[in-house]
Amino acid sequence: MSSTSKQVDALVERGYEHGFVTDIETDVIPPGLDEDVIRFISQRKQEPEWVLEYRLKAFRHWLGMTPPVWSSVHYPQIDFQAISYFAAPTKKPVLESLDQVDPELLRTYEKLGIPLEEQKALSGVAVDAVFDSVSVATTFRKNLADAGVIFCSISEAAREHPELLREYLGSVVPHTDNFYAALNAAVFTDGTFVYIPRGVRCPMELSTYFRINAQNTGQFERTLIVAEEGSHVSYLEGCTAPQRDENQLHAAVVELVAMQDAQIKYSTVQNWYPGDAQGKGGIYNFVTKRGDCRGARSKISWTQVETGSAITWKYPSCLLRGDDSVGEFYSVAVTKGHQQADTGTKMIHLGRNTRSTIVSKGISAGDGQQAYRGLVRMAQRAENARNHTQCDSLLIGDRCAAHTFPYIEVKNPTAKVEHEATTSKIGDDQLFYCRSRGLSEEDAVSLIVNGFCKEIFNELPMEFAVEAQKLLAISLEGAVG
Amino acid sequence: MMLSIKNLKAQVEGKEIIKGLDLQVGPGEVHAIMGPNGSGKSTLAHILAGRDGYDVTDGEILFEGRSLIGLAPEERASRGIFLAFQYPVELPGVNNTHFLKEALNAQRKARGEPELDSVAFLKLIREKLAMVSMSPELLKRPVNAGFSGGEKKRNEILQMALLEPRLAILDETDSGLDIDALKTVSDGVNALRSPDRSVILVTHYQRLLDYIQPDFVHVLAGGRIVRSGDKGLAKELEAKGYGWLSGQDEAA
Repeated sequence: MSSTSKQVDALVERGYEHGFVTDIETDVIPPGLDEDVIRFISQRKQEPEWVLEYRLKAFRHWLGMTPPVWSSVHYPQIDFQAISYFAAPTKKPVLESLDQVDPELLRTYEKLGIPLEEQKALSGVAVDAVFDSVSVATTFRKNLADAGVIFCSISEAAREHPELLREYLGSVVPHTDNFYAALNAAVFTDGTFVYIPRGVRCPMELSTYFRINAQNTGQFERTLIVAEEGSHVSYLEGCTAPQRDENQLHAAVVELVAMQDAQIKYSTVQNWYPGDAQGKGGIYNFVTKRGDCRGARSKISWTQVETGSAITWKYPSCLLRGDDSVGEFYSVAVTKGHQQADTGTKMIHLGRNTRSTIVSKGISAGDGQQAYRGLVRMAQRAENARNHTQCDSLLIGDRCAAHTFPYIEVKNPTAKVEHEATTSKIGDDQLFYCRSRGLSEEDAVSLIVNGFCKEIFNELPMEFAVEAQKLLAISLEGAVG
Repeated sequence: MMLSIKNLKAQVEGKEIIKGLDLQVGPGEVHAIMGPNGSGKSTLAHILAGRDGYDVTDGEILFEGRSLIGLAPEERASRGIFLAFQYPVELPGVNNTHFLKEALNAQRKARGEPELDSVAFLKLIREKLAMVSMSPELLKRPVNAGFSGGEKKRNEILQMALLEPRLAILDETDSGLDIDALKTVSDGVNALRSPDRSVILVTHYQRLLDYIQPDFVHVLAGGRIVRSGDKGLAKELEAKGYGWLSGQDEAA
């Protein structure tokens, strides 16, 4: 047996490191979805009336929609009535004081290697930890408040900043956008709201750790970031989940709004449970992420490292409306075992001199299936708009596959679009070369893969780059033959 | 004896390539192995380094008295075997300095020696760079990616200088080099000659042996060593061709 196929078998057999379940009392409503469930959610969240109206409008629209089937991912039909749409830890801790958080929960974070206190002390990162559907700890609130930055849960924003939320919620991803966005608009249970006032550079990296922890509970996060004129913000999102038998649907919506000269950098490290060796039980990650470069010279940059989930189906996109605005998409996606990913981006160039860069790195091992799907659209008025797309796939073993679907629409003759794509395999010769220098097979794979992803890791904030590298090494290691 | 090979038989993809080969290499000796294309020279080099898919079916290979058969390539590397590749492999995105440090520390760890920190490593690599006349610029680039043929070969010699093997096997190190690059690479190898380091030069042409003087020359043909001698043998081959030994004109 060649060394590569041994490696692949080891990958496939490797267990999920973050598979454990926290024993914490959870308040869950029975499975099923109707208007009463939505009213219950809204009431539990103590939302203003207009939010309930928004939810119901979305729900009624959703009832008339059918799940999309155009992607290259395969999964059994989802029974949306079998999902429970609300779960909240019963002990609601007082914010800003870690001492009052359920110790069991803190231990969970420690197992994940993300102790909040260490995070606070070492990295100066404000952490809004989402546990199930309710925020249980929000830190550094005061520092941010001093700068005028609002960083809170979306439910809180509904109560405390209704005028802002009302103006921007659904303004980038309307509730009619797609099946899962409509569902999210109806039932979103928590998420984050960030508002950076005019001219403010957010004093710290903002980070939220999402974690799904209640059996059979779909999580419908809603994130909204608004950067006013001339402001800057970098937001980090990382997630991991405990082991499950049932499939868990995750249908988040993320909306970003960048005004004139504003910059938003949104980074994701995603490590949800990918399913067992047969591909059973992993998370379905069906997410709608879109950024709106509303003002001139605004910039939105998406960076993602996707190693988890049974199915990843997402296209973080940029709507380049402002003249001279910039959109970026940097992605590493790993599919191994029976994981599937259909991911990429959309760059919609509307303004003049708009520029976009897409760098996508896909790694497939085992029976992993991966598709890059990217749309670059140059609208009629997008004078001198430019796009550069680079799309590289790395295959490990011979049962996995990578596919590339570029969609390019150009309606302005001065626009320039470039697309480059490569597919390569980790060769036996590369592995032998590294091993003949003394590196183990595992270290060799890790070295080669990290080299392949280097351009993306360079885009991540420092502490995340280290974490991402570690995650990639863990994802691809195993008891090598 | 540094390396002792007795009656070695080996196959690749079910085809027997090495058919009963004997070779003894003492400490500090430089042996040249010459032969026509397809005679098994590179196969022998890969077998010694432990490449998967090269199956030893009979005979023995003792390195410093212990058998190599069944050992993984990385275990052989830690024991002191180094193969300079005929076609050094490119590792896109993998920083050369990082690669060299990881390799050296992996070997040190396997031998129970302390790993070098970045400061100690950089000091060491600068010394070694000077030895092979390599630009420090190449350390910042990805391993072999975009290197010229000469740079790749020099990078191999740099690795050899850094890893300080007990037995270095140079597989067609002269191929694809112009005369200046050949001279630089040879100077590097000569600088690394020492009484406790042995070298096996695998080469098709006599040219390399003008720069690196071997103690012994062997001719490999049909999977066996058919003739051994001193460097005079190489000159003779140069004049007469390999056909002179095997009775066929294989050297064409």
